[in-house]
Amino acid sequence: MRTLTLLQAVNDALHTKMREDERVTVFGEDVGPKGGVFLATEGLTQEFGKQRCFDTPLSEDGIVGAAVGMAVNGLLPVCEIQFQDFIFPAFDQIVSEAAKLRYRSGGQYTAPMVIRTPYGGGIRGGLYHSQSGEAYFAHTPGLKVVIPSTPHDAKGLLIAAIEDPDPVLFLEPKALYRSVKGEVPEGRYSIDLSTVRTVREGSDVTVFCYGAMVPVCEKAAAKAAEGGIETHVMDLRTLLPLDEEAVLDAARRTGRVVVVHEAPRFCGYGAEISALIAENAIEYMEAPVRRVTGFDTPFPNTLEHHYMPDERRVLDAIEGVASF
Amino acid sequence: MAELQQILDETGALVGEVPDLSDERLTELFQHMLMIRSLDGRMLKLQRAGRVGFVGTATGLEASLVGAAAPLLPQDWMWSGLREGGAAITRGLPMSEYVAQMYCNSNDTAKGRQMCNHFQHKESNYPSWSSVIGTQITHGVGAAYASARRGDDAVHSIHFGDGASSSNGFHSGMNLAGVWQAPCVFVCIDNGWAISVKSSEQTAAESYSDKAEAYGMPGVTVDGNDVLAVYVAMKTAVERARAEGGPSLVVLKTYRMLGHSSSDDPSKYREDAEVEAWAQRDPLDRYESFLIARGLIDANERSVQEEAIVAEIDEVIHEQEAAPPFPLRSLVEDVYSEVPRHLRLQFNQFLEVAERRGDATPGDGAFPL
Ligand SMILES: Cc1ncc(C[n+]2csc(CCOP(=O)(O)OP(=O)(O)O)c2C)c(N)n1
Ligand SMILES: [Mg+2]
Repeated sequence: MRTLTLLQAVNDALHTKMREDERVTVFGEDVGPKGGVFLATEGLTQEFGKQRCFDTPLSEDGIVGAAVGMAVNGLLPVCEIQFQDFIFPAFDQIVSEAAKLRYRSGGQYTAPMVIRTPYGGGIRGGLYHSQSGEAYFAHTPGLKVVIPSTPHDAKGLLIAAIEDPDPVLFLEPKALYRSVKGEVPEGRYSIDLSTVRTVREGSDVTVFCYGAMVPVCEKAAAKAAEGGIETHVMDLRTLLPLDEEAVLDAARRTGRVVVVHEAPRFCGYGAEISALIAENAIEYMEAPVRRVTGFDTPFPNTLEHHYMPDERRVLDAIEGVASF
Repeated sequence: MAELQQILDETGALVGEVPDLSDERLTELFQHMLMIRSLDGRMLKLQRAGRVGFVGTATGLEASLVGAAAPLLPQDWMWSGLREGGAAITRGLPMSEYVAQMYCNSNDTAKGRQMCNHFQHKESNYPSWSSVIGTQITHGVGAAYASARRGDDAVHSIHFGDGASSSNGFHSGMNLAGVWQAPCVFVCIDNGWAISVKSSEQTAAESYSDKAEAYGMPGVTVDGNDVLAVYVAMKTAVERARAEGGPSLVVLKTYRMLGHSSSDDPSKYREDAEVEAWAQRDPLDRYESFLIARGLIDANERSVQEEAIVAEIDEVIHEQEAAPPFPLRSLVEDVYSEVPRHLRLQFNQFLEVAERRGDATPGDGAFPL
């Protein structure tokens, strides 16, 4: 099977769905002839024409609001926000409009649409090209929030997101765009949203992670194994709606849990995982849940490698809960 | 379609009236333009050598930057986007701070927290932009409102690009300034492109300056490669604002000669012929011809000046190379006026892990809790 980068897998998913369904329409800033600033939409305008993949004026609020209207009226918009950091002008359209349309219309109107956007640190982008804002959106009933960490998942989940009847925020870990490669089947396939992926089996400690933190946790788990600790690593990949049962099963299995994300800690996604376990599986717990996260500060620039959880900090937490 | 205001034509021949500026000031504008072009060249070189991360270039925009900043008084403010750093130097931002910001080192007044090309200089009323396009527009309007209320006689010059004219900030800012009659000038630098999106695809309006009318203010279109025309249009707008005549929009038509940034390859989306055509309208060549014709400089002057400027820049680079990044503690500082307990704790725990695992970065120690 052919090997693709995560970026190529995203591009392949878009090509695949656009060939199959002419309602699928891609738009955003610089997604046309340039193919996006990261090249995720490369070749789409060339293959499908300007009607199907086009550049927009610089207006995130306009992009997402128009996507809602297109979705209501029979197209399948897959819009791009150039960096997740620039999504906030569209926050209102996402949170008040796209996410609530089905509910407020009693199911009469819906917004089947996808907002793709690269997120996360590791490219020396400073505080406005590095943020992980998933928690803002995971707090939004009516929205789905998906984050792939492998090329195979990126394609299968993006196709599922495009086919999903509800609005999906598809967060792409830009740090992994070119750094991870993997086998990706040709043609259409999809991966059910709200399913988790077991990255590694283990019986001592369970690590929950997603996106760019998955390879970091895999490395930490491999190191832990050298010291005799077997780590169970779970890639959550859909944050909303979450497969809660799978999370609880994995937590019960070891009774020792670490949650890792690069976003700030306070009210971060790790807090939800931790509360879920406290409410439903406390009797299985052998140690307090540990969170390894970014600091509760804006995202730094020169010191970003200290801000982002690394193998060393994750390993320290794994060993900490293992020996508790 | 708005008429293009010009004083020098593309060859540098006089087609309007030379503003009332001393000969020294006229040649100083040229030096400033040369300085901006030379800085671009040096920064790009550093970027290619991996010394700085990112360069948002200003080549081609020199007349727009220098001409727009020149009529401002010391009490005035400049609110800017990506490319106005050179203009800030002409108003007092020290070259050393400019270069330190590019290196994001410990001499950077923003403590290395922002990407390259996010300059600030409090002494000359120059806040940095955030990166989020268009957000500075309403800030400038609010600050102008405050100037009017406080009676500090300052005018606020609010710079943004053709792309930014599509942002919410542009609409809200123009609208509020019109309603409040705030003492500000909206400077739209239409440099042809917003990354890969042509400025003609950014709006269906025939001209960007037509937008002013809808907000109840005057708008003009100026040849942004003609430093004298830019100066005159800006001076008119600034004086009007200072005299409580209200805001106005000045559109500077120019061209981004290089990529959007050092990470962009413009050959993917634009024709060489277009770039060539704009090269014929180069703002420096044009102004140089004018100054030579006026007898203010001779044909050698440019290379002599350039050499001196580059030497100065290189000396600054040499100094700034050596400065270390900010210490680790700066990770949690300046989030609030004081470092709150939870951040002191997070930082201390971080240090403890680093020390326990034997690879602590030399830092400045834990916080008292
Ligand atoms: C809100 C927002 N959206 C997108 C971006 C990404 N971006 C950075 S610069 C730019 C184009 C800006 O064009 P223009 O306003 O014409 O300024 P220029 O780069 O030409 O100086 C874009 C889309 C951003 N920084 N902020
Ligand atoms: Mg522009």
